[in-house]
Amino acid sequence: MGRRLLLPHTRRLMLFLRPMRYSASATATATAGSLRDPLHVCVVGSGPAGFYTAEKMLKGREGVRVDIIDRLPTPFGLVRSGVAPDHPETKIVVNQFSRVAANPRCSFFGNVTLGSDLSLSELRKTYDVVVLAYGAESDRSFGIPGEDLRGIHSAREFVWWYNGHPDMCNLAPDLTNTDSAVVLGQGNVALDVARILLRCTTELASTDIADYALDALRSSTIRKVYLVGRRGPVQAACTAKELREILGNYKMCLKNVNVYIKEADLATSPADKEEMRNSRIKRRVYELLSKAATVHQENNDNDRKELHFVFFRKPTKFLPSEDGSTVGAMELEKTLLKDDGATGKQVAVGTGEFEELKCGIVLKSIGYKSLPIEGLSFDKYRGVVPNLRGRVLSSESETATVEPGLYVVGWLKRGPTGIVATNLHCAEETVDSILEDDRKGLFTDPSGPKREGGRRAEEQA
Amino acid sequence: APNLLPPLRPSRFCPSGEDAVKDLPPRRPRPEPGEARCQKSVTSRNQEEPIRACMNYVGNRSLCSATEAKVNDRSEQPKAKISVTFVDKDGDETVINVPIGMSMLEAAHENDIELEGACEGSLACSTCHVIVTDVDYYNKLEDPEDEENDMLDLAFGLTETSRLGCQVIASPELDGIRLALPAATRNFAVDGHVPKPH
Repeated sequence: MGRRLLLPHTRRLMLFLRPMRYSASATATATAGSLRDPLHVCVVGSGPAGFYTAEKMLKGREGVRVDIIDRLPTPFGLVRSGVAPDHPETKIVVNQFSRVAANPRCSFFGNVTLGSDLSLSELRKTYDVVVLAYGAESDRSFGIPGEDLRGIHSAREFVWWYNGHPDMCNLAPDLTNTDSAVVLGQGNVALDVARILLRCTTELASTDIADYALDALRSSTIRKVYLVGRRGPVQAACTAKELREILGNYKMCLKNVNVYIKEADLATSPADKEEMRNSRIKRRVYELLSKAATVHQENNDNDRKELHFVFFRKPTKFLPSEDGSTVGAMELEKTLLKDDGATGKQVAVGTGEFEELKCGIVLKSIGYKSLPIEGLSFDKYRGVVPNLRGRVLSSESETATVEPGLYVVGWLKRGPTGIVATNLHCAEETVDSILEDDRKGLFTDPSGPKREGGRRAEEQA
Repeated sequence: APNLLPPLRPSRFCPSGEDAVKDLPPRRPRPEPGEARCQKSVTSRNQEEPIRACMNYVGNRSLCSATEAKVNDRSEQPKAKISVTFVDKDGDETVINVPIGMSMLEAAHENDIELEGACEGSLACSTCHVIVTDVDYYNKLEDPEDEENDMLDLAFGLTETSRLGCQVIASPELDGIRLALPAATRNFAVDGHVPKPH
């Protein structure tokens, strides 16, 4: 991509983005070694990672101005568009984020897209510190035949759809051509989509689910949902609270659904027992699944829907239905667990035995993936920006150098795992790195090439 | 570093929470998962909601108005307080006085201690995770319910004496309790207690 022109609207945007720059420049003719005042920080992305970073920057140093930008007009990232509508208590954290944004030293700018409205180099010229917190807006894929058939969606798209994300309001998944849905993956996102498909719509009606999604779910013919995982119950990525919601019998749990788990799938090997010994989460998940497997299922009259946990199956093909373009079934291969000597983890290995599972809609929930942008180093294999405790590195090789003034936080830094609270500690680490660099005087430049560069860019526009 | 944010005033009591407080039974209720619940930190097991009614006679009619003590109106009824020490991640200690019946999360916020409470006491996060530094005090607490354990599973820097601050309610036997905030470098409680792998 050639040198970007600063279009008139971009110039106005940049002036708007750094309102304090000119008044600050008089005091910022600092002697060598004194700290930049105020320190101008731009956080790209307004989800939990971005907001916790802003919060900790404001607390961590006097004289900080934080601008948070987001490509959407509304803030909060996945708290708004990823948390399931029947989990309103998880969204209470937006109160905390709103308080951060209300701070006079913090501003939020929506509808600003890094990569099209602004380039990374423009941002780095304009701000002392740039923190990338834009998460993971793409998906891992299987790379198997038939993956482009109609009716196959990523869970991310489906979740964005029912949460009213502007990118997906026209997804229009067909929930009326089948009684069976397959969800590939057994993490919390997989449980979310299964639960939304199976929950009684009168319960959903009192949530903030998108109206068009509620309408579609009301006329849905889906009665059976299969949660398919390559490995066993000990390796399932979901956590206890979400499982309890699906298996339990308290007020807000999933009702009128029979849950099927095969007892044979619950057999544990010594390696499984070792995994459980080392992880409290896995122990509790396994206990919940074992208890559920022994519960006698009520006779299934037409009122009750079904949720099947399918373990030790990996997808090998998506098969078309009679119309040739929509998915009609999946081919699954039975798996066994083997020790991967290198990582010490247990991996699923195909056994050569195949079976078919009929379905009319497939939701792939095997993980999100971050998107690379122009001018930014990117580790394609791990799907993250190479970094050292939040400081962006020029590449993932051992000889990489630190990119000055550029930091990363959240999923873009760690990969797409964890909960909202995980970003609290992730932000702490990145902000610690920023403050350390600040104390070392890395952001002061009395000769001011940065400031001159910024002003020059505006004069040229 | 100075606290540059406006003082934290988490919305402890949403409107439905205020109504609900009037009808609460003496035992601390468990929040239902899936419902947005507010921290009902004022109810302790031995607190009674005072209801003061005053009758005004006007002519032949009597007007009765009943007022209840507002949930945060503590000056009317002096409550016993206990001493609680918070140890932050740098080892700095702050000693505060906490009225009986208040949760540690609410007490922290009232005293500007940096304890996050993302879900404001709804048992939907683990950000108010605290480590009870003395095992004796930890054992005085009632066992965590399943919902608290589910959130503790995911807490950063979990130890054997970890609890969620919103679920630890001040009571007389906890006087002198010390609560440490988890830190990236902290793998054990400040008194040297090394937790076994969980």
